Amino acid sequence: MRRVYLDHIAATPLHPEALEAMRPYLGEAYGNPQSLHSAGQEAQAAVEAAREEVASLVAAQPAEIFFTSSGTEANNFAVKGLALGQQARGKHVVVSAIEHSSVLNSVKALERQGFTATLVPVDRAGRVDPADVEKSLTKETVLVSVMTANSEIGTVEPVAAIAAVCKSRGVLFHTDAVAAAGSIPLAVGALGVDALSLAADQFYGPKGAAALFVRKGVRILPLIDGGIQEGGRRGGTENVAGIVGMGRAARLARLEMDGRAAAARPLRDRLLEELPAKIGHVVVTGSRTDRLPHHASFCVEFVEGEGMLLFLDMQGVAASSGSACTSKALKASHVLLAMGLDHATAQGSLVFSLLGTTTGRDVDYLLEVFPPIVERLRGMSPLYTQYLKERGS
Amino acid sequence: MYSDKVMDHFANPRNVGVLADADGVGQVGNPVCGDMMTFYIKVKDGRLADVKFQTFGCGAAIAVSSMVSEMAKGKTLDEAMAITNDLVAEELGGLPKNKMHCSNLGADALHEAVKNYRDKQAGRLAPERAAAEDHDHEGCACPYCDSSLEEEDKTFCRACRIEFEECPACGGITKKGEATCLHCGKPLGGKN
Repeated sequence: MRRVYLDHIAATPLHPEALEAMRPYLGEAYGNPQSLHSAGQEAQAAVEAAREEVASLVAAQPAEIFFTSSGTEANNFAVKGLALGQQARGKHVVVSAIEHSSVLNSVKALERQGFTATLVPVDRAGRVDPADVEKSLTKETVLVSVMTANSEIGTVEPVAAIAAVCKSRGVLFHTDAVAAAGSIPLAVGALGVDALSLAADQFYGPKGAAALFVRKGVRILPLIDGGIQEGGRRGGTENVAGIVGMGRAARLARLEMDGRAAAARPLRDRLLEELPAKIGHVVVTGSRTDRLPHHASFCVEFVEGEGMLLFLDMQGVAASSGSACTSKALKASHVLLAMGLDHATAQGSLVFSLLGTTTGRDVDYLLEVFPPIVERLRGMSPLYTQYLKERGS
Repeated sequence: MYSDKVMDHFANPRNVGVLADADGVGQVGNPVCGDMMTFYIKVKDGRLADVKFQTFGCGAAIAVSSMVSEMAKGKTLDEAMAITNDLVAEELGGLPKNKMHCSNLGADALHEAVKNYRDKQAGRLAPERAAAEDHDHEGCACPYCDSSLEEEDKTFCRACRIEFEECPACGGITKKGEATCLHCGKPLGGKN
């Protein structure tokens, strides 16, 4: 059976070159980067070389890059570490309503420590209005966090404009760029951000390797107390192999980004055009213009996401969904609800995110196998029957 | 994630459809939780001569409906009323824990169809009793701790011991007294 992997947002495959770069550090090069002997120094050199590559990907200085274990840790580190580092100035934070759970739940943790928070709404396309961010700032605000791009709807946020608002008011600004970094050009200087999270498994690096950029001179408290690793800001022996893999993947992403995007964009556009036309009653979610190049997302009306995912998987197609049933907590996506979609429509959420290796034939295949799946599920949907009845009468 | 039996009933559901001349119709669930089931029954000589269903929902919900329809066919009304959600889950070789509450509603939908039939026989008008009740609740899980909420009370999380307030804009639930909706960020009115 043909296998078509369209779940970039969950994980990208490890690039063979990244795997090769990692291999020695899973084997003979086992030194601890903090050791003074040669084995340790070799490991340290590898970590520092990777730091330079990751810094280059976002046009930062190597000393501004702090490695973490995941995008979630980077977001926790940023939100908690920056807010707690500034709490003498105030205890109010501002985040968008569509942030990843690692940001939203970090904010909840801050609320338990006496902080207050404001959630900034988004429009129908999932876009944050910088003016709304500005209105939500108070004398007490110490941190704003708005993601660079949302993995569920593909919308790219006006990060530079929001950063400018924050800068003019002397408020720190963090952006969760996990879904965007490696896929679209990001330069921390031009964006004007104070902190930025990125994760290797979103650009063909290994899982378990991620980083937080923190602008030089910005105060951040550690999330993990320990030794002097990562400048004393993140204790724990370095994940050398993972970091090395991330470094190589960052280098490849920097060099190949334009080519990957140019390959993905026309396929994405075909999906965004042809899928709704072929099936009917399909809503494209997210922005059509400000959108990740490899991302096509929809809500298919009258059906629920998990059924579609299971049937697609039987046809060899891997995709994802933000429906309640597919989440362990059985909650409809807070992102889709924040955009004003009703619960029933949000349940039909489906995300196809393309890899650099996705071909036109993969898209052909999806467009061939998917409509009968929807037809089948609609055939057993009471909501569809109800719709047909109402339309008929 | 799912047993082979669940996957079989999901991929090849039995008795899908609508009975235009049904003797009883029952509906439970709502799209908030992601699952909604409608059961149609045809009664002959006190037995369920035919059972059909339609389901909007996940793999488990579809499999559950299919299993219920198989278990109910040919049964007397009392036997049908004795089918429980737990029995259905057992017949399916178990369901994932987090699906037990939201998706395992098939027996309820069947019972509603039987009640609807009995009401009609007795000349009572009781349309969509269960559906009306169920539409009020807001979610299957607490938005703060993810523990599933009690069926009879969707306004309070026992684990967090907090009360909820419904957002007029998106319908999501947020802790009572919060200024803005947890889900859509729009302001919440009732601040007292």
